[in-house]
Amino acid sequence: MSPPLELDYIGLSPPAAAAAAAGADDDLKGTELRLGLPGSGSPERRVAAATATTLDLLPAKGAKRGFSDEAPPPSPVAAAGKGKKVAEEADNDKKVAATPQPAAKAQVVGWPPIRSYRKNTMATTQLKGSKEDAEAKQGQGFLYVKVSMDGAPYLRKIDLKTYKNYKDLSTALEKMFNGFSTGKDGLSEYRKDGEYVLTYEDKDGDWMLVGDVPWEMFADSCRRLRIMKGSDAIGLAPRAADKSKNRN
Amino acid sequence: MGRGGSRAAPAAAAPPWHVLPDEVWEHAFSFLPADSDRGAAAAACRSWLRAERRSRRRLAVANCYAASPQDAVDRFPAVRAVEVKGKPHFADFGLVPPAWGAAAAPWVAAAADGWPLVEEISFKRMVVTDDCLEMIAASFRNFQVLRLVSCEGFSTAGLAAIAAGCRNLRELDLQENEIEDCSIHWLSLFPESFTSLVTLNFSCLEGDVNITVLERLVTRCRNLKTLKLNNAIPLDKLANLLRKAPQIVELGTGRFSADYHPDLFSKLEAAFAGCKSLRRLSGAWDAVPEYLPAFYCVCEGLTSLNLSYATVRGPELIKFISRCKNLQLLWVMDLIEDHGLAVVASSCNKLQELRVFPSAPFDAAEQVSLTERGLVDVSASCPMLESVLYFCRRMTNEALITIAKNRPNFTCFRLCIIEPHTPDYTTHQPLDAGFSAIVESCKGLRRLSVSGLLTDSVFKSIGAHADRLEMLSIAFAGNSDLGLHYILSGCKSLKKLEIRDCPFGDKPLLANAAKLETMRSLWMSTCSLTLGACRQLARKMPRLSVEVMNDPRRGCPLDSLTDESPVETLYVYRTIAGPRSDTPACVQIV
Repeated sequence: MSPPLELDYIGLSPPAAAAAAAGADDDLKGTELRLGLPGSGSPERRVAAATATTLDLLPAKGAKRGFSDEAPPPSPVAAAGKGKKVAEEADNDKKVAATPQPAAKAQVVGWPPIRSYRKNTMATTQLKGSKEDAEAKQGQGFLYVKVSMDGAPYLRKIDLKTYKNYKDLSTALEKMFNGFSTGKDGLSEYRKDGEYVLTYEDKDGDWMLVGDVPWEMFADSCRRLRIMKGSDAIGLAPRAADKSKNRN
Repeated sequence: MGRGGSRAAPAAAAPPWHVLPDEVWEHAFSFLPADSDRGAAAAACRSWLRAERRSRRRLAVANCYAASPQDAVDRFPAVRAVEVKGKPHFADFGLVPPAWGAAAAPWVAAAADGWPLVEEISFKRMVVTDDCLEMIAASFRNFQVLRLVSCEGFSTAGLAAIAAGCRNLRELDLQENEIEDCSIHWLSLFPESFTSLVTLNFSCLEGDVNITVLERLVTRCRNLKTLKLNNAIPLDKLANLLRKAPQIVELGTGRFSADYHPDLFSKLEAAFAGCKSLRRLSGAWDAVPEYLPAFYCVCEGLTSLNLSYATVRGPELIKFISRCKNLQLLWVMDLIEDHGLAVVASSCNKLQELRVFPSAPFDAAEQVSLTERGLVDVSASCPMLESVLYFCRRMTNEALITIAKNRPNFTCFRLCIIEPHTPDYTTHQPLDAGFSAIVESCKGLRRLSVSGLLTDSVFKSIGAHADRLEMLSIAFAGNSDLGLHYILSGCKSLKKLEIRDCPFGDKPLLANAAKLETMRSLWMSTCSLTLGACRQLARKMPRLSVEVMNDPRRGCPLDSLTDESPVETLYVYRTIAGPRSDTPACVQIV
């Protein structure tokens, strides 16, 4: 059906022959129709394609490039003549990180057909996203810890970063657990000499009394909080608690 | 209408219909909703032509080079609303060289001169400068609507001119433009007395916005129905804005990132609860899933949901969408995955339009589980589904055949299998059978994009069956000239054909030259065309503009090349304006 010349053209080989065709790709490069003045560009083309040819079913996609013949493969955004640096760098970063095969695929200008605006927006978002993931382990914007209170039907979570000192924390906890005062009201519950004692589990898994160390150190090491019944805390206040794992 | 009047018995009776005064016809034509109907009426006879053109209020110029601005002004002197589109569609993907053209300035100048009563101007894919915007602000005393889609060339200085100068502005709609940020507080330039805004969309604007000014603007514009914010608005400010504009119908949230905080959550939840009229929701969401429940109270009322920039995924996303039982339009990322689409299929039965965008299009590794399965499920359970754009990595003929059987009512079917030449992954056959089923079943199909491994035979089906098809996009498909020939010799209603990376050559182009004049435009890039054929086409068809583009970096003068030289890009369109004079060096009109 198709004239012999055009059988050499990329994209024609039926799937069965595709594997063989892929192997012969390098030989067919010279007969490809491609952009621009005849006789230019083929050496680079070959080099680029060599790193790319691993997929068997698919003939070399590198052949059909838009405007990116000899120049280093720009992201499609750059090929349009404008585009944000961020997007380009994001694409390049991804290319570098990925295997050579995806990098070669990214050279097809304007494919997949995604608007430049969308590409820029997504690239900025993803760049930001990955940065944020990396920073998540340190210096994150929040520090949520569970707060349990003996006798309460469920736990709460608070963000330690929103408090500057122990006083703020204690006020907030009073407000939060006001409903579970079991008969006693208001502020007295959280005093050390009152019904309840505030303890926390630190990085080592030990249960400590809140208030001994500077606030910063406490916030750094606190993993969870427990508002303990005073009766359970005999012998603890005002010194550090014994090791006793909380079984919540 | 009909010519019955002239066949009726003569003698006394009413005056023949053709001597009725123009005003009567003008009034009659005002009931014709579609421009094509008005165009058909105008072609009936000279008096109708005169009446129609003098009363035309809305003009849509689908190709800015098909006619000159002066032609448009001369022919339709009473226009109040004009829409002009510029660059070809593939410009969106970077295939059109920079400085190609599509300047809005000549249109603005002609309008300022000939249409002083213009109230609405829309530009799509054009180069709009700050000067243009200043001229708009200065020239039309009753200017109300400015819509710029995928345009470039202007900055916040131009927006400032609009804000300051357009006293009756109702709509400022900026969609996906490239806007330079000059750090001008353009929002502040809306006068305190200005209250007429109904639509404000600045979602594509990079850079900061004065939130206090925005709040005041929103507060005093009591008719504000559409508000689409940009990245610069933090979540708590969004809540404030919503409280000031509870009448809002369409909201674009801009960025949505904030660390989860119960107070902020409650504030948002309360703000949304007050928006009883909210129907359309969108945003560049890098949302934290924990915030999604704040929207639960508006889900029931939503008809349109655009999460196509949202990187949120997982059960929260799916739960959220499943509550939107009245959705007609859903745009999402492929992060929704097949199981998410299955939920959409069962929850959103009124769905009419679905678009699924790729979250990692340049990453070959398959990270999301979005396959043909999702589309099959939605097509099976959403009886009103008629428009689909679907990016995925694999497809089967069987799935496409099932989809075609489920949904013969498709009007727009765009499938993009990300890897070119991808065959049916179960049979390794081309996807000819699948796409053929689509065109055979969906008799009302107006727009089609094909992808995957395809031979000439699919084009035979398309040419033969797609009678209503107006726009066809083809990439990395076909075996030979026959493919193109099938399309151009069939497809009775074809208006726009765009092709890239296909082995289509000179013969079918020249054999079907006459067809090109019945179409709006043809784009062919990285095919097998030679310069000689393009020259021949141009000679044969004087009412076509034949543009040839090569790599701009070559800077080669096309005149010096021989007929055998390959052509990288061909763009052909019909025009009554003759060859344009604003081509850059790499573009030549042959």
